[in-house]
Amino acid sequence: MSITTFVIISIIKSLAVVGVLLTAVAYSVWLERKVSAHIQNRWGPTRVGPFGLLQPLADGVKFIFKEDLTQPHVYKPLYIAAPMIAMVFAITSISVIPFGNWVEIGPWGMYLQITDLNIGLLVVLGITSMGVYGVALAGWSSNNKYSLLGGLRASAQMISYEVSLGLSLVGVVIVAGSLSLRDIVDAQRHLHWNIFLQPVAFFIYLISAYAETNRTPFDLPEAESELVAGYHTEYSAMKFAMFFMAEYANMVTVACLATLMFFGGWLGPVFGPPILQMTLPVLWFCLKVFFFMFLYVWVRWTLPRFRYDQLMAFGWKVLLPLAVANIVVTALIVAWRA
Amino acid sequence: MLHLILFLFFGTICVAGAINLLVQSHPINSALSLIVVMASLAAEYLLLGAEFVAAVQVLVYAGAIMVLFVITIMLLNAGKEERTKGSRVATLIGVPGVVLGGVLVAWTLLHRPDRLSFPVGALKGDPGDIARLLFHDFLLPFEVTSVLILIAIMGAVVLASRPEPVGRPVHTSPRPRETRELVATEKDRP
Repeated sequence: MSITTFVIISIIKSLAVVGVLLTAVAYSVWLERKVSAHIQNRWGPTRVGPFGLLQPLADGVKFIFKEDLTQPHVYKPLYIAAPMIAMVFAITSISVIPFGNWVEIGPWGMYLQITDLNIGLLVVLGITSMGVYGVALAGWSSNNKYSLLGGLRASAQMISYEVSLGLSLVGVVIVAGSLSLRDIVDAQRHLHWNIFLQPVAFFIYLISAYAETNRTPFDLPEAESELVAGYHTEYSAMKFAMFFMAEYANMVTVACLATLMFFGGWLGPVFGPPILQMTLPVLWFCLKVFFFMFLYVWVRWTLPRFRYDQLMAFGWKVLLPLAVANIVVTALIVAWRA
Repeated sequence: MLHLILFLFFGTICVAGAINLLVQSHPINSALSLIVVMASLAAEYLLLGAEFVAAVQVLVYAGAIMVLFVITIMLLNAGKEERTKGSRVATLIGVPGVVLGGVLVAWTLLHRPDRLSFPVGALKGDPGDIARLLFHDFLLPFEVTSVLILIAIMGAVVLASRPEPVGRPVHTSPRPRETRELVATEKDRP
């Protein structure tokens, strides 16, 4: 493959994946509003399009036309940069996620993934760990005590839970023997899904992922009853929308990672003509990710918020020792069987 | 060719970030410059084929240690640093030190280019190789370093939770500490 073809194919792949990601983000907001409404015995959005399906577009237009306020007391360079940082890292982290198997279109064949790295898992973790700067700097540069407290809480919480999140995935890596996301999925063939092999790791991952993405029951950084709106108190219009989109994009990434690590990624029954054989894995992948997105919303409208000290104690005193114990036990079993 | 251009590009960003780190007078700007340095170093490692080291660089330095830096700066609400005319120690030791270091590096580069330059991908950098180095070839130094870090952590915990020295009268009601406004005033801002 010449370098021009490579660049063109990479650009097309990146644009397609980012387009799908942003659409998924828009429709997760719709899903959130719809499911929350039904949980509370309401209808949710119904007016814009059938079943309110065009509501995300209306929301987008509203965000664009809102007045973009910049308070005089903010520290401007970082105040403007913070939502961009949050958004950039949220979108970048999708770049190594594989969402399907090998496909062939005419003479070209490729894996359905922007790029396959042999350390894909570490790249996702590294990029998501950089995302915390957006939130922290937004809180600091707003120069507002609620924002600052929100930013501090967010960064402390994200660092604490990142530890158990990373350690919970080590068990899966030991079982699969690789850090490449594609290899980890391939190791789960014949229904050897890691959810059955590593159930403890799965629950640690799930809980830490909720805390990482600042979702209820861990949405302390934007707890509206104590902090107004937390780190994005001073943000309006598209700047606020960028934080909002970053949060949902992170949720999608975390759901993708959960699918890949524990639920066999795109693996599932495949049959029929070649075109079906190529598209079915993508369908299984999307269904599994959808399940996790639904779970996010379900949990949010079911569980109340933690108290801050409970959150910290739970992360450091329960999840972390449990994750370490899981690694030790997994390593011993793998070593014993080898 | 593209490799070289990208390598020089990230190298320039790295050096520019390092200079900006020294020039900036506000701690948060310096910390952010340091993050840029760390991230561009990771990009350099990636270009050299050391993918694992690059990921760890981002994960540990840019993603964890620098977040702690930023949190500390936010928490203490550190203001602008004061400009002084420079210390004499810096001019007497620092400048000759930099010159000496530069000469040393230049001399080594000129005399032993075979020992310093490796083609891209010649050094093994995938996780398995690094694990073999750490847990097999250099097991003892690795474990000794771990114990050293553990001792440092325990020392920090002991220092942080040091009880009140004996002999002093213990105050029944703690003296009200000087409270500091959490939010910066305008002059603290850079």
